Amino acid sequence: MMAAIIFVFSVAALLQFFVSYCRSLIAASVKHPLSVEVQDVTGIATSASGEDFARVIQLLRLCPDRPEDRGEIRAVGAYFGLLNFLQATLAKAVPSLLAWTETERGHCTYFAAVALDRRIAFSRDMLAQQIEI
Amino acid sequence: MPGSADYVIWFLGIILEASVIFCALRRKLFRRYFFLNLYVLLELLVSLGRFRVLAHEGLSSPTYRYFYFYSDALLTIALFFAVISLYMFVFEEMKVERYLRVGAILLLAGTSWFSYEVVNQSSHRMLTYFAFELSQNLYFVGLVLTFVLWGAILKLRETRAMVVQLVLSLGMYFSAFAASYSLSNLSPDIFQHLVYLVPAMGCLLPLSWAYSFWRVSDDARLTPARLAVIPR
Repeated sequence: MMAAIIFVFSVAALLQFFVSYCRSLIAASVKHPLSVEVQDVTGIATSASGEDFARVIQLLRLCPDRPEDRGEIRAVGAYFGLLNFLQATLAKAVPSLLAWTETERGHCTYFAAVALDRRIAFSRDMLAQQIEI
Repeated sequence: MPGSADYVIWFLGIILEASVIFCALRRKLFRRYFFLNLYVLLELLVSLGRFRVLAHEGLSSPTYRYFYFYSDALLTIALFFAVISLYMFVFEEMKVERYLRVGAILLLAGTSWFSYEVVNQSSHRMLTYFAFELSQNLYFVGLVLTFVLWGAILKLRETRAMVVQLVLSLGMYFSAFAASYSLSNLSPDIFQHLVYLVPAMGCLLPLSWAYSFWRVSDDARLTPARLAVIPR
């Protein structure tokens, strides 16, 4: 009985910390304005929809990899998976949770679009350096 | 003997721990987050020490077992002080360092006394079981302390992104370990299938700390109330 209580408490704590940690990763990108190219490519201007996440991730994969953002993209991808799971299960019964998951999914998409923007800038810098050589 | 997957996770852990120290030194954050770095440094030395003892004595040798449990107790005490050092950061403006230090020592002494009493009633091999009991109890204390610290961050509106991320990583680490400990008691059959989960979870803390030291600027700020699952 005691082990079951500790298990439930720790899983709830783990979820709380994981969600907050992912939101802290996303928070840095919220104020970052997207470049015109990324706005054109993704169709995202100021706010994004969760439905576009997979498409933006596909675009990200087309760009040369930046080791610096690999970990955070994976963490936010896992967070997006958790939000999808919540939306498909609990959120069907709780309308406020549905709205919350949708907003969060949109933030995940915006985060991916900012990562795409940085990768494009990184590729452009690399190309410029190669031309100089 | 451990399998190749165990060695991969082990070496990955060693690389990540070394990365934390490297990132802290490179960004000149070693002294500022001294107790966190001390814990990671000890973890690195213990990982290397365990590997050496394993290679010379074998997994089933008493030497390895003793080394494992004593070093685990030492690491848990170091982690406890790492959590307390984060308390010092969050409460630094309130000038309560002295009370925090006294409170931490009393809490450590209380947990040690409780562990001693538990072991004293049920075992003859005092020291080894005491080390095991102490580290298990300190893990639970660490989880509660981290949860309280997160509450304090939200309440006091702590905005330093690095401190927030370090605390959240620690919270994930403690709660993941507490969940795995309780699952191993609750259902050993299921836990047997998750044999790589516990060592893999151990890699997440150095990974997230290395990320925070390397990528997050010491001046970066965020609004912690926006991070809470329940909006404030």
